[in-house]
Amino acid sequence: MKNLRIVLNGIITENPIFVLLLGMCPTLGTTSSAINGMGMGLATMFVLICSNTAISLIKNLIPDMVRIPAYIVVIASFVTVLQMVMQAYLPGLYSSLGLFIPLIVVNCIVLGRAEAFAAKNKPVASMFDGLGIGLGFTIALTLLGAVRELLGTGKIFDISLYSEDYGMLLFVLPPGAFIALGYLIALINRFKKA
Amino acid sequence: MEYILIFISAIFVNNIVLSQFLGICPFLGVSKKVETAVGMGAAVAFVLTIATVVTFLIQKGILEPFDLVYLQTITFILVIAGLVQMVEIILKKVSPALYQALGVFLPLITTNCCILGVAILVIQKDYDLLTGVVYAFSTAIGFGLALVIFAGLREQLRLVKLPKGMSGTPIALITAGLLAMAFMGFAGVV
Amino acid sequence: MKKLESTLKNMLLVLTLVTAISVAILASVNALTQGPIAETQANILKEAIGQVVPPFDNNPAEQMDTVTLSGQTINIYAAMKDGEYVGSAVEARASGYGGEIVVLVGFDAQGNIYGYSILSHAETPGLGSKVDTWFQKGQKGDIIGQSLEQQELKVAKDGGTVDAITASTITSRAFLQAVKTAYLAFKGNTKEADAASSATTQVKSTDDDSSSSELTEE
Repeated sequence: MKNLRIVLNGIITENPIFVLLLGMCPTLGTTSSAINGMGMGLATMFVLICSNTAISLIKNLIPDMVRIPAYIVVIASFVTVLQMVMQAYLPGLYSSLGLFIPLIVVNCIVLGRAEAFAAKNKPVASMFDGLGIGLGFTIALTLLGAVRELLGTGKIFDISLYSEDYGMLLFVLPPGAFIALGYLIALINRFKKA
Repeated sequence: MEYILIFISAIFVNNIVLSQFLGICPFLGVSKKVETAVGMGAAVAFVLTIATVVTFLIQKGILEPFDLVYLQTITFILVIAGLVQMVEIILKKVSPALYQALGVFLPLITTNCCILGVAILVIQKDYDLLTGVVYAFSTAIGFGLALVIFAGLREQLRLVKLPKGMSGTPIALITAGLLAMAFMGFAGVV
Repeated sequence: MKKLESTLKNMLLVLTLVTAISVAILASVNALTQGPIAETQANILKEAIGQVVPPFDNNPAEQMDTVTLSGQTINIYAAMKDGEYVGSAVEARASGYGGEIVVLVGFDAQGNIYGYSILSHAETPGLGSKVDTWFQKGQKGDIIGQSLEQQELKVAKDGGTVDAITASTITSRAFLQAVKTAYLAFKGNTKEADAASSATTQVKSTDDDSSSSELTEE
C-alpha cells in the first residue's frame, strides 16, 4: 500500500515534467513522435530504477562529502549499460534517440531523485520511487509525443487518424515542441487550480 | 572558410538550445534578467571550450588507444565535473574579478547537458581538435545569444497581463517556441 | 549501519572502490554485448545493400573497397552471384538542407542505378525527409534504372529531368549530388575488371559546379 502511494506520488503529485519541470532537454528533444517519447521515457525509467536501488543500497558506505561524484559514477554506469544493450538489440530506437541516451547522465531527475529520495530511504521504497517517477516521466513524454505527432502528421503511434496533408508540420519541428509543452502545462495548471 | 561555416551553423542554423534542445534547464532557469543571462553565457563559453579540449585529448589519448571507448560517458562526466571545480578554484585565485562575475554560475554548469552533449558530438562528428574547439566555442556563443535574447523577451513579458494558467513556465515555453521559429528562418543558409 | 565519516582516507577508498566496481561491471557488459552490437551493425548494412543491388550470394560487406573522391572517403561494396559480378553498392554523402545526407546507391553490372537507400539524414520532417521514398521506383522522382553515362541527373529547375521533392529543392539537389558522387566513385573503381581487388584508387573529381548555396524555398 505504501509502495503504491510512492508510485502514484511519482506519477501525479511530483510528476517530473508537468509539476517539477525537470529534465526538459529529452522532453523537448525526443518527442517528435509518441513512440520516440515512450522509448526515451522507458530508457530513463530503467536508469532511475537501477540507480535509485543501487544508491539506496550503498548509501551508508558513502561519506557525505563525496556522495555526488559517487552517485554520478553509479548513474553513468547504468547509462552505459543501457547504451550497450540498446545498441545491440534496439538499434533503430537507439539511433533515433541518439545523443539523448548518454545525456540521461545529466538529466536532473535522476541525480535529483538519488539525492532527494534514495539517499534517505530503504532500497525497496527507492525502487518504487524510481518506478513512479519513471512512469510519470514516460507518461508525460508519450503524451507530448502523441500530441505533437497527431497535430503534425495526423498520426498517433504511426496509426493514421487523418490525412497527413492537414497536419501542421510545425509541431514536429523544434518550435512545436516548446509550444505544445507550453500549452500542455498551462492546461494542467488550469485543472490544478480548479 | 570551413571554420566560418561551422561558426555560423552552430550559432544560427543549428542553435544548440532552439533546435538541438540541449541546455534547456539553464535556458528556462537563468533567463529572467539579461544581466544574469550574459554571465551564464560567458561561463558556459569558458567551460565548454576547455571541456571540449580536455575530453577530446582523453578520447584520442587514452580511451581509443586502450580500447576503452565504452567508458566514454562515465569518463567525460567525471572530467567535466572535476574541471568545473578546478576552474572555480583557479578563477578564485587568479582573477577575483572574473570569479565575481561567473562564480555563481559555475556549479550549475556540471549538470548543463550542453557541455557533455557537445563533448560527445565533437567525437561523433569526427572533428579534429581545432575544428572541435571552433565548434564548441560557436555553440557556446549560440547558447549565450539565445539566452540573452530570451531574457530580454522575458523582461518585457513581466509587464504583460496573462491568464492565470499561462503565467510562468507555459508562457516562457511558448515564447521560446516563437523564438525557435524565428531561428528556423536561418535554416538552409549554410 | 552507521554512515562512514568523511575522512580523506574513507573518501578516497570509497570513490576508488565505486569506480573500480563500475568499470568492472562495464567491462563485462561490454564483453557480452560487443558481439551482438557488431552483428546488428553488420546486419543493418547487409540489409541496406540487399535493397539496392541485384540478388547476390556473397557477403558484400567483406568485399569493401575505399575510393577517395574530392576529399570524401567512399565505401564500395561489391555483390557477386555464382562467382559473377552483379553490381555494387556505393556509400556517398552530400550536404543537404539540415545536415549531411548519407546515401547507399546501388548500381548493376552495366552501371545503371538499381536502387538506393538513405542511411542517415537530418532533413526537415515531412518535407526533405521524403527523400527516402521520393526517388524510388514508381514514385514521382523515379531515378531507378537510369544511367549517368550520357547525362547527369538534375532537378527540373536546373534544366534536368528529375522531379524534385515538393518544396525541398535543396534536399533533392543534395541527393542527386550524392548519387553523382557515388557514380564517379563506382566508375573510378572498375569492379568489372577485378571484383576482388582491394586497391585504393584516386579519382580526380570533375565536379565543381556544386553551387548549391543558392537559396530556394523549402
